[in-house]
Amino acid sequence: MGRIFKFNKDVDTDQIIASQYLLFPTVDEMKTHTFESLNDTFASDVKPGDFVVADENFGCGSSREQAPSVLKALGVKAVVAKSFARIFYRNSINIGMPVIVSKELYDVVKEGDEMEMDLENGTITTGGKTYTCTKLPAKMQEILDQGGLIASLNRED
Amino acid sequence: MGHTLVEKVIGNKVGREVTPGEIVTVDVDWCMVDDIMVPFCVSKFEEMGFKKVYDPDKIVLIYDHFLPASQVDDSRHFRVGNEFAAKYGLKNVHRTDGVCHQLMTEAGYVKPGDIAFGTDSHTVTYGCVGAFSTGIGYTEMAGILGTGQLWIKVPETIKVQVDGKLPANVTSKDVILRVLGDLTASGATYQSLEFVGSTIDDMSISSRMAMSNMAVECGAKNGIFVPDEKTCEYCGIEYTDEIRALRPDEDAVYARVMKYRAEDMVPVLACPSQVDNIKDVSELEGKQVDEVFLGSCTNGRLEDLHVAAEIMKGKKKAPFVQFIVTPASRKIYKEALDDGTLQILSDAGAIITTPGCGLCCGRAGGILTDYEVVVATNNRNFLGRMGTSKVQIYLASPATAAATALTGVITAAK
Repeated sequence: MGRIFKFNKDVDTDQIIASQYLLFPTVDEMKTHTFESLNDTFASDVKPGDFVVADENFGCGSSREQAPSVLKALGVKAVVAKSFARIFYRNSINIGMPVIVSKELYDVVKEGDEMEMDLENGTITTGGKTYTCTKLPAKMQEILDQGGLIASLNRED
Repeated sequence: MGHTLVEKVIGNKVGREVTPGEIVTVDVDWCMVDDIMVPFCVSKFEEMGFKKVYDPDKIVLIYDHFLPASQVDDSRHFRVGNEFAAKYGLKNVHRTDGVCHQLMTEAGYVKPGDIAFGTDSHTVTYGCVGAFSTGIGYTEMAGILGTGQLWIKVPETIKVQVDGKLPANVTSKDVILRVLGDLTASGATYQSLEFVGSTIDDMSISSRMAMSNMAVECGAKNGIFVPDEKTCEYCGIEYTDEIRALRPDEDAVYARVMKYRAEDMVPVLACPSQVDNIKDVSELEGKQVDEVFLGSCTNGRLEDLHVAAEIMKGKKKAPFVQFIVTPASRKIYKEALDDGTLQILSDAGAIITTPGCGLCCGRAGGILTDYEVVVATNNRNFLGRMGTSKVQIYLASPATAAATALTGVITAAK
């Protein structure tokens, strides 16, 4: 079980991690500034296994891979949104962080609710109900299953 | 069944017809890595265990976001890049030449029909010359540096057709902002924007660049223009039959078609803090501003500086406004210096800075604080982009920016 942190539509990568923090040498040094402009206690409140649930177009804007990386570094188990921006989606898969499309979840949960995710079957359970999520394209599922692009490339060798 | 332009470019690369939705692996013509991402990309490349890059001549490193270095650790990025270039034999390293997206076509790399990826979302810009280009993350880039390939999903296409003659105070920036407002920030996610029509045909490559540059702001994977004689002249190549064939078929299938009359266009602004929050300049006229920024890979080209100089010639900016001008490249800076444009802007009170990303990414001189208002010609007005998260960023054309710098309040050019 993990707690839900909710975000509105069109959350951009600058809001996830602002550009002034991109110069920090490591993602671990950046992660305490995650979502700073939207929710300045997120980085200290979130615990490993928690979830980010968002409306449409999560992660729009820049190509910074640091955006999914800080979420992963904070232990966010998955981001569930109605839809994702293209580059954020690819980057997440490439670093091995699950990004799940659910058209329903955002509208039925509230901040702080608890949920459980079964990645293998693509289902989410919360408030006594189970929701089925959209499947990843096969190519992406393969990369994610192997733990990201680096592991996937190493396997091909 | 006919094909759209992006389908043709990708199809040519893979040697067969392609259909939207299918996943194909493409050989990559150009890789661009910008200074912010260099250390991250290098460390992933090493983690992947590659011993050499796929082709040192197809990789371009560009230092632009951190120029000149404004924070103590910025120059580390240049050092890591220089070491990587030396170790793997990269010759295409631009250390102070301008913004990456300006240089990738200006310096003669990306040509019509090419496929290019870059570690910055505005890599979509190279669609201005009829190339397929888009932004990716640094792990993915590290993979290409080693393998020379990337898988992509062939996008569906939205046709954006603009016909007629634009009013004198309207630029291609106003056109793309209008389109973004209509599409919304997620309206073209995973799709390609194809710009056609007589207005587009009449545009310079610089004007087209401002539009392809912003394709990503509605989620598009790329934004592309049919390469024509002007394109070939800009690229310094011959207009061959092969390039002539890079155009959409009459019976191409589109996900959506949007049609505009150029005569209906008016100067517009993207209001805080979403690029699709578009309002006519007339609705906001009179709002006081603290700063005006003319520059970036969207609107820091010579024609943009000319537009501003024509409006400001012999006049002075409003006393309380900071007016910052950042040419997009060293070449543009030199041309604007030689033809007197910088003289006019300087006389008008502009602060003229070194070519680079400058204020656009909130890293250089001119960053603002709570409740201050900036009218800027760049491509994003996200919260916190150019200072604190309470800065109010209005995106505008070079003409609106110049007119606003003169009055100190939001003003449409005449």
